[in-house]
Amino acid sequence: MSKRKLIVRLKHLYLHAYVWFWIFVAIFPVLWIISMSLDPRNISKPTTLTLIPPGASLAAYLRVLKHPYQGANVSFVRLLWNSLLVAGGTALLSVLFGATAAYAFSRFKFPGRKAGMLSFLVVFMLPASATLAPLFVILTFLHIRDSLWGLVFAYTSSSLPFAIWNLKGYFDTVPKELEEAALVDGCDRNSAFFRVILPLSVPAIAVTVLFGFMNGWTEWMLAWTFLTKPKSFTLAMTLYNMVGQWNTPWSNFAAFSILVSLPIIIIWFLLQKYIVSGLTLGGVKG
Amino acid sequence: MVDYSDIGLWEKIRRNKLAYKYILPAALVMAIVTAYPIVYEVWMAFTNFSIVNLKNPHPAFVGLRNFIMILKNQVPLENFNFWRTLGFNVIWTVVNVFFHVTIGISLAMALNTPKFALKKLYRALLIIPWAVPSYISALIWRNMFDTQFGAVNLLLAKLGLPHNIAWLTNPNAPIKFLSILPYAFYADLITNVWLGFPFMMVVATGALQSIPKELYEAARIDGASEAGQFFHITLPLIRFAMMPAIMLGVIWTFNQFNIIYLVSGGGPLGETEILVTQAYKLVNPGGLFGIASAFGLVVFLILLGITLFTNRITKATESAL
Repeated sequence: MSKRKLIVRLKHLYLHAYVWFWIFVAIFPVLWIISMSLDPRNISKPTTLTLIPPGASLAAYLRVLKHPYQGANVSFVRLLWNSLLVAGGTALLSVLFGATAAYAFSRFKFPGRKAGMLSFLVVFMLPASATLAPLFVILTFLHIRDSLWGLVFAYTSSSLPFAIWNLKGYFDTVPKELEEAALVDGCDRNSAFFRVILPLSVPAIAVTVLFGFMNGWTEWMLAWTFLTKPKSFTLAMTLYNMVGQWNTPWSNFAAFSILVSLPIIIIWFLLQKYIVSGLTLGGVKG
Repeated sequence: MVDYSDIGLWEKIRRNKLAYKYILPAALVMAIVTAYPIVYEVWMAFTNFSIVNLKNPHPAFVGLRNFIMILKNQVPLENFNFWRTLGFNVIWTVVNVFFHVTIGISLAMALNTPKFALKKLYRALLIIPWAVPSYISALIWRNMFDTQFGAVNLLLAKLGLPHNIAWLTNPNAPIKFLSILPYAFYADLITNVWLGFPFMMVVATGALQSIPKELYEAARIDGASEAGQFFHITLPLIRFAMMPAIMLGVIWTFNQFNIIYLVSGGGPLGETEILVTQAYKLVNPGGLFGIASAFGLVVFLILLGITLFTNRITKATESAL
């Protein structure tokens, strides 16, 4: 082996070690939570680091499916349905309203366009807790604070800036000629949008739907502050409530967090390619 | 797009009627749930709005009292200290983004090495922290930082290192001259670095792949060292692609509610509080709606400043407009 080759090999070896260190960091919490979820002893306190605990079983999963919310009698199916409603509603409304608005920003040069885009950007960086006080008061007066619909509206509003930004960036890359051809062929603007632009923008729409869904599925802070009836609680709130207690049943918590995050992780990996290009396109594109 | 520059404003608006119709639904939702609350917040900020006013919305006008109470740390909430929170928030953001970017770029470069084995598998594994919903990651890490039974201390024990660290409850600083940063800061930091490096790695990978290979060949022929290539080719060329991502990272980290609130809870003694967690606590459990509104406005102004400032550096949005 030549000296040069040896140096390259050593360099690769070193880099592999470096990458493996970070892989270990990245998956350590995941392994820990899987291990805890399989522990049969309904431990409140784990004392060893083992990947597969002795007598591993799915008992914790069954327990949380049967009786998910401590302190209130509400079924897993009910919580799941609430979460699906909130997440699905948020995804649907944000893609519907986001796409139409993004189309206008992409294709029309109307007075107020620049100000509109900038105001969406300002809202994008505004954290939910900064307007929590007035939102709480307003939704209370409108009598929708303690309802899932109030949540859907709040989440849609916080998902829209990204949805519009992301979709506008994508629409900009769809050649105008396609639309013009459709207009010449007798389409009006509406059908050109629904039949030409939308079908060509599936990747960006998929990402927008995913982000809206994720927002609704994982948000717990507004939900926890606004909702009071256990009947309308979500999965995210349930998980938060589990940790809030002094004696966290750790295997139950672990099993539940896996159940809640698994759908998101699966969809995320399926759409990963689009997420990356969507995020970088929206930001980097000139 | 047709150039309408020679016609009047009203005519421009009339000709673009369809555009406004397309924007209307989004604008309506945002007006009700975002814009109106901001306006309402301005009014509330000058009143002594409290829980009782939820039934009777006629609070008294108090002028600038709420703002003065915030700036003078006189808010009746445990451990409230606006200036410490603001300073901590800035340190928190800078340190986090620094680690996100350096780790992200270093991993992207390692995986971009020619003929590197198992690249795809490695990338998929490294991206896992990004795919897990952040509030679940935060809850898991909080659990892992438990003093007696947490995975972090168990791991340290296995490695023969000091392992009775009260990560979340010890108010003292582990590094003496960084006395304002308690153990909980490092717990939050580890969690958030874990959470944030994959995003920067992915962005850096894209940026690295767009650099023409010929540049490196030319540099090698000219006898440039690896370090020289990094500082004179790689870094200047990925800077532009990284800037919008860094700006996004700054805003995300500055407002990283889930990690701070769920891992350290802002404690011990409010030492790891950031602005958004403080804003939340003023409402729940504080119930101090008037002060919370004033606080929200202050946060809003600070963020506006940061956005305009970073936007000027990166010019990220100008090109997109």
